[in-house]
Parts: sequence; structure tokens; C-alpha cells
Amino acid sequence: MVHIKRNHIRRSRSDIIFDAVVFVIMLFVLFICLYPLYFMLIASISDPNYVLTGQVILYPKGITFLGYEKILGEEDIWMGYRNTIIYTILGTTLNVVLTLSAGYALSRKDLPGRRGILIFIVFTMFFNGGMIPTYMVVDQLHLIDTMWAMILPTAVQVWNLMIARSFFESTIPTELLDAAMIDGCRTLRFFTQIVLPVSKAIIAVMVLFYAISHWNTFFNALIYLESESKYPLQIILRNILIQNQPVAGMMDDMASLIERQKAAELIKYGVIVVASVPVLVLYPFVQKYFVTGIMVGSIKG
Amino acid sequence: MTAYAGTAKKSFWFRFKLNFFKHWELYLLLAPTLLYIFIFLYMPMGGVLMAFEDYSATKGIFGSPWVGLKHFQRFFNSYNFWQIFYNTISLSVYNLVANFPIPIIFALLLNQMRMRRFKKVVQTVSYAPYFISVVVLVGMLNLFLSPQTGVLNFFITALGGEPVYFMAEPELFQSVYVWSGVWQNTGQAAIIYIAALTSISQDLHEAAMVDGASKLKRTIHIDIPGIMPTAITMLLLNLGRIMSIGFEKALLMQTTLNISASEIISTFVYKQGLLGAQFSYSTAVGLFNSVIGCVLVIIVNYTSRKLTDTSLW
Repeated sequence: MVHIKRNHIRRSRSDIIFDAVVFVIMLFVLFICLYPLYFMLIASISDPNYVLTGQVILYPKGITFLGYEKILGEEDIWMGYRNTIIYTILGTTLNVVLTLSAGYALSRKDLPGRRGILIFIVFTMFFNGGMIPTYMVVDQLHLIDTMWAMILPTAVQVWNLMIARSFFESTIPTELLDAAMIDGCRTLRFFTQIVLPVSKAIIAVMVLFYAISHWNTFFNALIYLESESKYPLQIILRNILIQNQPVAGMMDDMASLIERQKAAELIKYGVIVVASVPVLVLYPFVQKYFVTGIMVGSIKG
Repeated sequence: MTAYAGTAKKSFWFRFKLNFFKHWELYLLLAPTLLYIFIFLYMPMGGVLMAFEDYSATKGIFGSPWVGLKHFQRFFNSYNFWQIFYNTISLSVYNLVANFPIPIIFALLLNQMRMRRFKKVVQTVSYAPYFISVVVLVGMLNLFLSPQTGVLNFFITALGGEPVYFMAEPELFQSVYVWSGVWQNTGQAAIIYIAALTSISQDLHEAAMVDGASKLKRTIHIDIPGIMPTAITMLLLNLGRIMSIGFEKALLMQTTLNISASEIISTFVYKQGLLGAQFSYSTAVGLFNSVIGCVLVIIVNYTSRKLTDTSLW
């Protein structure tokens, strides 16, 4: 309290100006970050005639849910959603299991050959074979155009492995292991029954990092998948948003070309909202772990 | 550790076996990850040999004829080599020049905010754009920056300007790329600086306040030196990544109209290699890219260790 009070008295004129400038800048930051997201939302439920002529700026006008009706009637989007959910759940499970178990093993100072293994792993952060040779390996393993191409080539991210390792190094004291060993507890049991229950934070961080990366994966799907029935949401989104592929249900009942184009624009805003809903709904719950993850990563960065 | 004292004189293999059996559970935990790294990260490194061959799928990596530096020469002599090379380097440098200092400035200012609640809100909101996928980001750019119907151009025309076709002008490609990146990444990149700032001793600030130092002065003389080591580490990391600039976004933002600015080495590799099936040639181009990246990391790290005592390894 004393500290705050003194602060208050000592606010000089230059400090008042400084505070005011900072406040205005932060308001600006807030606006810049939120407005595009807000605009997506209001544009997606407004009459496209108003949106396309710049009359929708602060609030929705001529509210219509036509765009959403079209989107929800579109099979591709549902399929993309389903595929993305499958890839995200399977992929993240594999990611987290591998990353945590290897991260724990690497955090153990008594692991013979630890230094050599670490060099083997860290080297890949500085040099890689590149896009084409990696594609060839995936091809030789007969993974092209299978679900596994979305899961196996990204089974572990070395950066996340290092984060997990430094987390275990700094939170699991060697004394705990020694005590457990004396009681006859072996490594696997120690890991599953003692280490994991006290490492909920890092589990959450890993689930978050990996799930986001699966949800947003675009390029691997582009090069490894061929049949449309396996496309994840991001590819469907690209087709609609960037390549302007018309949504099928739109063609039948729209009379003129202009009407169709307007509906297409409306659908684009709606599609972005639909694709971002899961992330935005989870955001308040996960943002804490996001910060934790970045901080653990920076300890040894 | 003392348990091994007696084995020190025994042969390497004996010790290895003893260690291995004593620690087999640790190796079991590691095995799948090491297998993954070997298959998906090291085997492609062997595939780099393709760059020096006329690779054909029927003959395989070991059977294809060796052609030395032919593919590299072809790339260096191709008519658009300098353009692609320049695009890659200038985009990376521009990106770094904007994306390195802005999170630091943001963190410094946020740290000086008086209103706790508002501060928390701004910080939480600032990294929300980070979660948006590249595809959605580029989709949003297309919508917002459209010359006839984009909301940004409505603002520009309302202020009396001419509508700008952001996504089609080659001169604007890099700016759109870099500043949309600033929008997306600043909050996330600032987290680590904000953490570094909270670890600066409050005593320093109080002592400076007693001496009558203003907030601006304290920011410059206490906060900035306080986060310097973090900033240098981040700069090193970023410099090391300069050749691996986010390629998905460049590919998605590419149109036939802005291709003269948006073609970078990695998009070129993608098109030549996977769309054009010129495996050897595109592998050579990709290898050229990663070798430059690797050399850059080593130079940057060495220089920094000599000059500032901070290094990545």
C-alpha cells in the first residue's frame, strides 16, 4: 500500500504525459487486435449489400443468417471438420505421449549417452533435408494420401521436446527419484505414477501447442493428401477463401451472377467464424497455459 | 554414481551393456522418439544427395548418375535467380526489422501501465491473433484489403484517398506480409519480455524514483538494460531462422500479379519440385537455402559470443 501511495504523490508532469501516451497506445493496440475479429462476426450476419458497400462498420446491418445456412448445408465443410478433429485427436495423443516420455528420459542426468543423444536431436533444429527429400521419405513409406501422413511426419516437434525436458529438469528433484528407487520403484512406474500426476501444467501446455498446430496444419495436407474425402478443414478453407471456389449449395437457387458473388462474400466471413469458433471458445481456458509454455521454453531457450 | 566405480576399468562395451540393462526403461521411453527423428529428420538429410545426381525414381538414390554441381549452376544461371534470392533476403530482413523491436516496445509500455485490470485485458487480447491459422489470416487479408469491398479501403476513401489494391501490387507484397505478421505475432513474442521485466528488482525502480527519475527515464535506464540479455538471445534465434521465413503465408498470398515480389526460394522449391517433379533441381535449390541458413547461424553465434558473451551454444 505504501508503495502505491508514494507512487501517487510522486507522479510528475512528465509521468502524467507518459501514462496518457501509454494509455492511448494500448487502446489502439486493443482496437487493432479486436476489430478485425469483431468485424468478421458482424459482417457474417449482415446483409452482403451493406457489407460490400462499406456500411457495416460498427454493428451488423440487415441481419441475416443466410450465410450460415449455406455453410452448414455444405458437405465439404462438415467433412473437413470431421477430418481435422480426427487428425487433431490422434495426432495430439501421439505427440504428447512421445514428447513427454522422451522429454522425461532426456531430463534424467543418469541416462547413459545423454550428451550424444541430445546432440543427435538438437542438430535437427539447425539443419534439415528440406521439402523434397522429406516428401520422398513419406512416399517410400507409402504414407501418401493416408491419414498417417497427417500424423507421423510431425510425431514430435524437437522444440517442444526441449521444453518438456527443461520442465522436468526444473520440477522433478533427484531426491524424489532416489527415494522412490530405494523403495523399489522402477523408472516406468516412477514416470507414470509420480512424475505425470505432478506435471499437469506441462501436459496442458503440450496438448495446447500440438492441438493448435494440428488444427492449423495446411501445407502437409496440401502435399501429402490427394483424395478430397481426406482433406482437413484448412484445405477446404483455402479453396473457399483464397481460391474462390464456389460453395456447391450456392449454385442452385441463386438467380443472377451478382447475387451469387454477394452470397460468396457473405459465406467467406461466415466460414472464417465457423473455423475459428473452437479456438475462440477454448481461448479463455487455455491462454494461461499458453503463457506458461512460452515461459518454460524461454528458460533454456 | 558410486555404483559404477568398480566398473571404470572394464571395457567400454561391458560398461555400455551394464548401463543399458540398468537403464533399459529410460531407453524404452526414448526409443519411439529417436526412431521418429531418424526416419523423418535424418533420412531426408541423406536424400539431399539427390541434389548432386540426376535422380530417377526407378534407379533410386544410389543408382542415379552423379552430376556434381550441375543443378546448382543451373539455378545460379537461371534468369530469375537474383530476383528470387533478393526477394527471400529482403523479405526476411524487413520481417526481422519490424518483428524484433515491436514486441519489445509493446512489453516495455505495457509494463509501465498503471491500471492492473486493463493491463491484463490488453495482454490477453494481444496474443489472440496468434491462434489464427495462416489460411484464415490470408483469407482475412483478401477480404479486408480488397480494392472495391475491403473495409480498409473504405477507411482510405473516406479519408479522401484512392483505393489501393494491396494484394496485387508487387511493391506492397512485403509490407502486407510483414505487418500482418506484426499483428499476429507481437503479443505472443512479447510474453517472454514481459516475464523478463517482472523479474527486474523493484528496488532499482524505487531507488530511481527517490532520485526523481521519470517513468520514461526509468524505462530507458532500468528496463531496457534489464531485458537486454533476453533480447539478444531472441535476436540470435531470429537471425538464425532468417532463411526459413514462413513460407506457407508467402505461398498463400501469391497471385499472378504479385509474383515478381512474392516468389521466394521455398515457394520456388515447392513449385519446381512437387508440382514440376524436378526432384534433383529443387532439392539443390532447397539445399542452397539451408546451407546459407546454417552458415548464418554459425556466423551470428560466433560474432555474438565474441562481442557480447551471449551465445546459443
